[in-house]
Amino acid sequence: MAGEARDLMNKENVCIRIDGVRKVFNGRNGEMVALNGVDLDIHDNEFICVVGPSGCGKSTLLNIIAGLLEPTEGKVYCNGKEVTGTGTERGVVFQQYALFPWLTVKKNVMFALEMRGVKGKEAETEAMKYLEMVDLAKFADHYPKELSGGMKQRVAIARAYAAEPQVLLMDEPFGALDAQTRTQLQTELLETWQKKKKTCFFITHDVDEAIILAQKVIIMSARPGRIKRIVDINIPYPRTQETKMTPEFIELKNEIWGQVYQEYLEVRK
Amino acid sequence: MDKRNSKSGLADRIPGKVWLLLSFLAAMLLWWVLSIIPATSRAFPNMFKVLGSISTMITRGVLWKDISSSLISVFSGYVLGFVIALPVAILMAWYKPVRFIIEPWIQFIRNIPPLAYVPLIVIAAGVGRKPQIIVITIACFLTMCVTIYQGVINVDETLIKAARVLGATDKDIFIRVIAPATLPFILTAIRLGASVALTTLIAAESTGATAGLGMRIRSLNNSFEPAPMLLYIIIIGILGITIEKLIKTAERRLTSWQEKREI
Repeated sequence: MAGEARDLMNKENVCIRIDGVRKVFNGRNGEMVALNGVDLDIHDNEFICVVGPSGCGKSTLLNIIAGLLEPTEGKVYCNGKEVTGTGTERGVVFQQYALFPWLTVKKNVMFALEMRGVKGKEAETEAMKYLEMVDLAKFADHYPKELSGGMKQRVAIARAYAAEPQVLLMDEPFGALDAQTRTQLQTELLETWQKKKKTCFFITHDVDEAIILAQKVIIMSARPGRIKRIVDINIPYPRTQETKMTPEFIELKNEIWGQVYQEYLEVRK
Repeated sequence: MDKRNSKSGLADRIPGKVWLLLSFLAAMLLWWVLSIIPATSRAFPNMFKVLGSISTMITRGVLWKDISSSLISVFSGYVLGFVIALPVAILMAWYKPVRFIIEPWIQFIRNIPPLAYVPLIVIAAGVGRKPQIIVITIACFLTMCVTIYQGVINVDETLIKAARVLGATDKDIFIRVIAPATLPFILTAIRLGASVALTTLIAAESTGATAGLGMRIRSLNNSFEPAPMLLYIIIIGILGITIEKLIKTAERRLTSWQEKREI
């Protein structure tokens, strides 16, 4: 069954291919190998979550895929073309929201639209559609400082969607939010993903979050970061909070948590 | 805890305007006391004498000339200082060699009181309007350059990344991210610069000026006329606070989006 599913997936297009990526940082304490020999294929419309102890290079990997960092060795391909910088087909949602504080919520979303050439009234109506998608149309004329953390992140997601990327790279987007808001945003993100299919590459340190969201969970090892294991999550969508009570979920959680915990211990050594 | 609450409670219940009035009355009272204590009465003539000196200075035909002369010097030096500071600050923030060469000297000169180098400027530029403007320009440039530079290097890196992944070009990033993100610092620089321009005025007008608030205070000192001197000092204070209030209003309008304000 699992094999069959994988075969089906392989028939889909490879959207992002990570090929032998190694990243070394030169710091004050000499060289630090953040990533070593990372290979991964991300297929179209796949939802992938990456978990691992802090400092395992998850964010570095995301930044390399985004084109914000250059790999020391190896290459990243997007639709078969080598990644040499940022590109609008790869959108990013940052943990710290990264909204422009001098722009209203609507204008933040319009920024993304204007960058791809949608101007004036059209950009405004389009922006409102994306804000309705995250249920924030009422707050269109507010400034980011007037919003809660959860609302800011929903605006950031709307803005990322407005750029119409093929892949959405998310760097612990819900990490700074309280537990309730986080659960709510997870549900919303899944709903949006099912409505508007998109490839998602989502980084988290929360195992529950990874399982509830992803089709595949990638466990990374402690420094230097490598892919330790890939676990397929065959729980059907739509998933809800009740899914977390099912035996399947708990079994996967134990398995993945065990693996991640080993890596935590590695880090502490 | 209770005590603190009741204290702030009282302070909050009285409106700000009333506090301002109380503060004004307190200062007037202090002034009046100073004007009757023998030790200070010569330096602090009472308010009626000071108010009376307004007409004295007008009949001498110098009051408006002094105010306008000082404002011209302050404004010219200030604008010139800003026009030089803005590009220099941006270059310093973007190009490390520029920063490493210029910054130590900005810090060095900033700590020297302008009065100290005024004679050198007079030797180089002669007397008149020119050295005054040069002194104020230097002082304003130094302060504004440091403030704007801090603003440009402190632009949140994530915002630039966010713009870049949305497809922004370098030009877009400059105009739509760096410029607005730096605006609060530019406005702070403008405010600090105005205050520096005024505080440098006395030094600037010690360059053999023929009119001006600073020059007049010195000449009134020579003829020993404390009442108009005090009047001129108060005029400088009023100009300063008016300019600051104007700039602060502009600041509040332009940067109301900020999480925190007032540096």
